Amino acid sequence: MTTTLAKHAPAPGQESRERPIARALRTVGVQNISLIAAIIALAAAIGSQNSAFFLASNIKTIGMAVTISGLLALVQTVVIIMGGIDLSVGSVAGLASVTSAMIFMNAGSAASLVGALAIGAVCGVISGCIVVFGRVTPMIATLAGLIAFKGVAQLVSNGRAQGYTGADPFYAFLARGTLLGVPTLIWVLVLVAVLIHVMLSYTKVGRNIYAVGGNDTAARLSGININRYILGVFALAGTIAALAGILITARTGSGQPISGSEGLEFQSITAAALGGVALRGGKGSIGGTILAVILLGILLNGMSLLGVNPFWQNLAQGTLLVAAVVIQQVRNGERRVGLPK
Amino acid sequence: MTLTPTRPRADLHAHGISKSFGSVRALTGVDLVLPAGQVTALMGENGAGKSTLLKILTGDYQPDAGTIEIAGRPVSFATPIDSRGAGVRVIAQEPEIVPFVSVAENIYVGALPSRAGVVSQRDLRERAAADLARFGFEGFLDPATRGIDLSPAQRQMVEIVRALIDDPQIVCFDEPTSSLSDAETRMLFDLIARLRAEGRAVGYVSHRMAEIFEIADTVTVLRDGALIGNRAVAETSVNEVVRMMVGRDLSAMYERNRQVPGEIALELESVSTRDVTEISLTVRRGEVVALAGLVGAGRTELALAIAGDRPVTAGTLKVHGTAHRFTSPADAIAAGIGLAPEERKADALIMVRTVRDNIALAVLDTLSRFGFVNRRDERKLAERYIAALRIRTPSMGQLVQNLSGGNQQKVVLARWLARQTDILVLDEPTRGVDVGAKAEIYAITDDLAAKGVAVLVISSELPEVLGLADRIVVMREGRVTGELDHADATEERILTLAIADHLSSEGA
Repeated sequence: MTTTLAKHAPAPGQESRERPIARALRTVGVQNISLIAAIIALAAAIGSQNSAFFLASNIKTIGMAVTISGLLALVQTVVIIMGGIDLSVGSVAGLASVTSAMIFMNAGSAASLVGALAIGAVCGVISGCIVVFGRVTPMIATLAGLIAFKGVAQLVSNGRAQGYTGADPFYAFLARGTLLGVPTLIWVLVLVAVLIHVMLSYTKVGRNIYAVGGNDTAARLSGININRYILGVFALAGTIAALAGILITARTGSGQPISGSEGLEFQSITAAALGGVALRGGKGSIGGTILAVILLGILLNGMSLLGVNPFWQNLAQGTLLVAAVVIQQVRNGERRVGLPK
Repeated sequence: MTLTPTRPRADLHAHGISKSFGSVRALTGVDLVLPAGQVTALMGENGAGKSTLLKILTGDYQPDAGTIEIAGRPVSFATPIDSRGAGVRVIAQEPEIVPFVSVAENIYVGALPSRAGVVSQRDLRERAAADLARFGFEGFLDPATRGIDLSPAQRQMVEIVRALIDDPQIVCFDEPTSSLSDAETRMLFDLIARLRAEGRAVGYVSHRMAEIFEIADTVTVLRDGALIGNRAVAETSVNEVVRMMVGRDLSAMYERNRQVPGEIALELESVSTRDVTEISLTVRRGEVVALAGLVGAGRTELALAIAGDRPVTAGTLKVHGTAHRFTSPADAIAAGIGLAPEERKADALIMVRTVRDNIALAVLDTLSRFGFVNRRDERKLAERYIAALRIRTPSMGQLVQNLSGGNQQKVVLARWLARQTDILVLDEPTRGVDVGAKAEIYAITDDLAAKGVAVLVISSELPEVLGLADRIVVMREGRVTGELDHADATEERILTLAIADHLSSEGA
């Protein structure tokens, strides 16, 4: 069909005759194929230096390590596709972690789960309200949230780890349990990834999120209530960030106001950008983000396996974010800043 | 006169200029001559290639083929800096003005006069005042005014002074009068006459026929990216130039199957918003009503209010006899009103999404069950409208940003056709659209009216207004100044209603 239709159809950038390889490339996406190639190359490089990398136990370790940052990367993907950004996800996770442990000590595991998720949702709604009603850009609104929610977490906990959940069967199952031989943590990540993927690709809500991110004026003039979408997506981001916070509590056995969640907002943005989510909104997919999360997990795991000074990890992540965005800009044919085109 | 050129006279000759964007040919083998000491008007419809040609002269675009010579010497412009160095300046229609600095700094931006890196504000103001006086703008621009406080006309003047202080031998104006009042236009024409007398080559792009016949020596006409011909102004006529620009019989393009209009679909009774005052008009089923007027008459603002995107502050808006007060576009859409906005790329299309997604954007609720979009129905819908409106795209999965202007506009129309809105507001539906697609959009509009849709068209092109509309409502400065039946309407009568008072108040 491509040959016959393309003849009378002007379409810059589209080849009129597509080879099978080109077609495969287009279906999976150049971005995703590069990510898979990078994962294979990186795994081979690390594995050749340290064969322990390929042990089932290490792969499980990677999977569990990426769960928490992976959850945040998933919702960050949704926020960025909608044309926003959420810098507060790490702080919300921290706040949810301490509060989940504190509620647990008073009211048990079920109440702590519901309570922490609700607190996350409220944080998200607050950010959303600042964006919608305060007419503040998401970057600034959630930068304020990054600091303020961290402050709340420190205030309620006095800056110390709270409670002990290690003996609770529910929290123990979250942290160390398995289902069909796969750790519960990984199940949580997979489940959330599938749900968000289905929402983005198959539902009206998902399609409208892409529309709002692609062109908010066009979306509004087409009858989409964009305020509702902004509020909803930030509430979702807060809720999933809180879920990540609950997992932090489960893994460490106590509520952590800051440690375990600091810097996660940055990892989540890096993963989304690396996964091909356009930072201007309107473009991106969960598949790409998941691949990027795996790539980042392997990189960080490999660095510690090979005994690299952990301070290098920050530098590596910063470099990756820049590289990911540079590649994005070049592929979009962006004009260089300050230079005539 | 202090505006003495320091460079020798120079003609500009461009030969066989071609330029394509992807597979879209913007220019094909165009020749352009700008002789020194003459004003050459460059005319053509939107999309004829005038802007592309100007951007090649400024070095913004590089031609795929062709040569440019200045004073007989071949030149090539890799960047705008090269073009300026060769003595070519194009005065932009919408100049870049730095908002929070003074007019003086805006004039010398990029080359601020300084001593040891220190800019003296006093020197700067004095120099700016002297330069403004040199070009006759001293009464209109204060060097101390900040960029953000300038009117469109004043911004244009800053751009002109910026260009002329470089003493260019070749000066092109890109629709300079579109934001100017008559007094300001008069001043600009005096300036152009001086530039011509000084032996500079002046290029002048405009849609306004009367201006061309007043100031130009020659007319060069482009159509669909090709040179149609050159005429000496003294030896041609408005009719000939129009024929060259359009290249076909206009009446065939505007063929209408006029209906006896049905009942009233949209009725405005003394509707006011922040920008318009006491607008009353009706659009019946099967009727095409045109809103004519000058840019800035409040037509777009009125369209946005009808579509629920601007609040109505007074008066009644009735749809099929029921009064509504919309608080969002969603309300207006629910009442059956669709808007194809003026700025199609900025306000209507999601450029990074596919043709299919864009067509289905306003009907996802009807295509969904339990929130899940039925993709098969969506594909069928997209297929149907791509075929019905002859949207030229390799597939429905093509990104809208890769389509031509005309096909993009058809995607916007398809969105509302899919929604089956019975009141459609089209704001400048053929702006930036080539002649072929224009005729198709007219045919679609006619077809919609024949099916009983009430259509309100905003257009600044009088032939379009006259050809398409059953009735014409004319606006000026936010008010309706008259209504004409298509049988009685002429360009003169519309223009009189659109500008008459404007002229008399200018004269006072």
